Amino acid sequence: MGGYSALVRALSDMTPQGIINEILSSGLRGRGGAGFLTGQKWRLVARANNTPKYIVANLDEGDPGVYANRSLAEADPHAIIEGLLIAAYAIGAEKGYIYIRKEYPLAIQTLQKAIAQAKAMTLLGNDILETHFNFNLELRFGAGAFVAGEETAILSSIEGRRAMPRPRPPYPANSGLWQKPTLIQNVETLANIPLIIQNSAVWFAKIGTPKCTGTKCFSLTGKVKNPGLIEIPMGITLREIVFDIGGGVPAGKEFKAALIGGPSGGCLPEQLLEIPIDYDYLTKVGAIMGSGGIVVLDTDSCMVDTARYFTEFCVDESCGRCTPCRAGLPRLLEIFQKITHGKGEPNDLIILEKSCFFIRDASLCGLGQTAPNPILTTLRYFKDEYMHHIKNKKCKADVCFKTPTKDEPK
Amino acid sequence: MNTHPMKLKIDGVDVECSEGSTILTAAKTVGINIPTLCYLEGLTPYGGCRLCLVEVSGTNKLFPACATPVASGMEVTTQSPKLHEYRKMVLQTLLAERTHICSVCIANDHCELQTQTNQYGVDHVFYERNWSCNEIDSTHDFLVIDRNRCILCTRCVRACDEIEGVHTLDLKFHGKNTDVIMDQDELWSKACSCTSCRKCAKVCPVGAIYVEGENIEYTKDPQVIAFIVERRKCLK
Ligand SMILES: Cc1cc2nc3c(=O)[nH]c(=O)nc-3n(C[C@H](O)[C@H](O)[C@H](O)COP(=O)(O)O)c2cc1C
Ligand code: SF4
Ligand code: SF4
Ligand code: FES
Repeated sequence: MGGYSALVRALSDMTPQGIINEILSSGLRGRGGAGFLTGQKWRLVARANNTPKYIVANLDEGDPGVYANRSLAEADPHAIIEGLLIAAYAIGAEKGYIYIRKEYPLAIQTLQKAIAQAKAMTLLGNDILETHFNFNLELRFGAGAFVAGEETAILSSIEGRRAMPRPRPPYPANSGLWQKPTLIQNVETLANIPLIIQNSAVWFAKIGTPKCTGTKCFSLTGKVKNPGLIEIPMGITLREIVFDIGGGVPAGKEFKAALIGGPSGGCLPEQLLEIPIDYDYLTKVGAIMGSGGIVVLDTDSCMVDTARYFTEFCVDESCGRCTPCRAGLPRLLEIFQKITHGKGEPNDLIILEKSCFFIRDASLCGLGQTAPNPILTTLRYFKDEYMHHIKNKKCKADVCFKTPTKDEPK
Repeated sequence: MNTHPMKLKIDGVDVECSEGSTILTAAKTVGINIPTLCYLEGLTPYGGCRLCLVEVSGTNKLFPACATPVASGMEVTTQSPKLHEYRKMVLQTLLAERTHICSVCIANDHCELQTQTNQYGVDHVFYERNWSCNEIDSTHDFLVIDRNRCILCTRCVRACDEIEGVHTLDLKFHGKNTDVIMDQDELWSKACSCTSCRKCAKVCPVGAIYVEGENIEYTKDPQVIAFIVERRKCLK
């Protein structure tokens, strides 16, 4: 299949409205986390009556241990650029940015080279393929903060301000970069676009499940025999990923839980391994698709310590704007310090859970809203471990009660 | 902004307001008061403190009234057991975050955090309290900042940037380490962009920025921002 042939097809045979309809009927949903219907987002931006319009490709990829977007950029940068061009044409944007973290030097180099190549072929710039369609593309660099991958934080960062999320509404589709309509899309989402245009929405919708079409990339890490980057059709079960693809837990140990959705994902126990990989199912059991991180834990891991660890990550990555996340999350960490140092009381679990609901419901952006997920899911599926720590002052996995931390309670 | 009027319901009361109003300003027109801390009339809404969260029918999400534009047909609830509980938790986490000891604070009796705390009957903080003890910067001729009392509402930052136009104040770091700084994190006396206009002290809702030796009741004047904004409109 020739490079940019989908773009040629889009520019010569399709109207912007036709492209949006095709993406809509493919059922493609955003691969950056929230799973919003891509076509619907395009339609919102296309309909916004304000110009100029912008498009931003999200290549911030802040989840620790996840590198699917980086690999995509390093291996197939033109798929991202082609997706951007088709999207830009469909929504009426003439200017785009790829927001990429500075820690990805090879991906940056590859993208810069690809942009130069595309320019040389008049696939970027003015009068692209002699169709009067203009589109210019630039890279913008992030300094590596996790929260800088949140869509409104990216906008602030590109505008030259602190990468802090801002309240929505107004949504970027109406008021994004410099208050202009802006489409923000994950690069994996964009890389799917040329395939849909080339092979049709019907072809795409055949892969996966009716409500979750296509494939998704995951970084499979932790206690599995074959860790690495995988691409799977939506709808296969977690068991298939961990045991068939990952090869299961290395000999001598037993599977305990899978953390799916990155640092603010959910810890799912053995009995939930049969659930299909699907945005809605995952949300139902307390996890999220996130940007595609799966960490497998075996019986050497303590679930209380796991929840503490990811809470600490979110405390460190909070931007500091809103009270629940900035002032609330560290309080949860303090409670964990108590529990994992033999000072926990049964009442702590009640405070923990109440505070989690507060932080989930009252935070400004997705970071605070999802940060309690590891705690809520471990409380839900592994409550006995918490009780064991509090009542018997013992850790079955023999992890807690010995790691001295900087904030050890007096 | 004289586009077609928006019709919505707030706590069951019919409200009509212009497009571009926020839930907070719309509620005010019918005498419904929503508690706020980081909001200040005349400054860009920040949506940070989360005290003004309200419920909107049709979604489980909560929205900050100060920063959420009204939409036609919206049905807003400003009081509920859940909102009450969460507002108490906002206040509790703020109190636990840094050093808030009212009896030895210059803003005692003139503090918006204290007022809200009383209003919501917060008589206990069920978290460990963090008694931060960072050094106070009193190097400026008369302005003092005690960051241990700061609730990071950024009213001072926005007033300095949007109204005074000098952007001396800003934030450094992130998360729990966030702090208000002067210029490139200088002592206040070395921050040469500061015009000593005192707006920061006038708008600070707590006792974090104040004028040395001056009665706080006299210093505090948060409404001055809305007044200035209104006057500047006349100039146009
Ligand atoms: C804390 C936080 C971090 C995020 N990081 C990323 C990221 O690294 N990459 C990404 O594509 N989306 C990230 N998102 C999701 C974006 O806000 C946004 O939903 C996404 O880029 C939209 O693209 P999509 O519709 O193609 O998924 C993050 C969200 C939050 C709340
Ligand atoms: S939830 Fe956390 S990261 Fe998001 S705006 Fe609030 S403080 Fe910042
Ligand atoms: S110094 Fe006062 S006005 Fe400034 S952020 Fe802190 S509490 Fe708000
Ligand atoms: S007053 Fe609305 S969030 Fe602070």
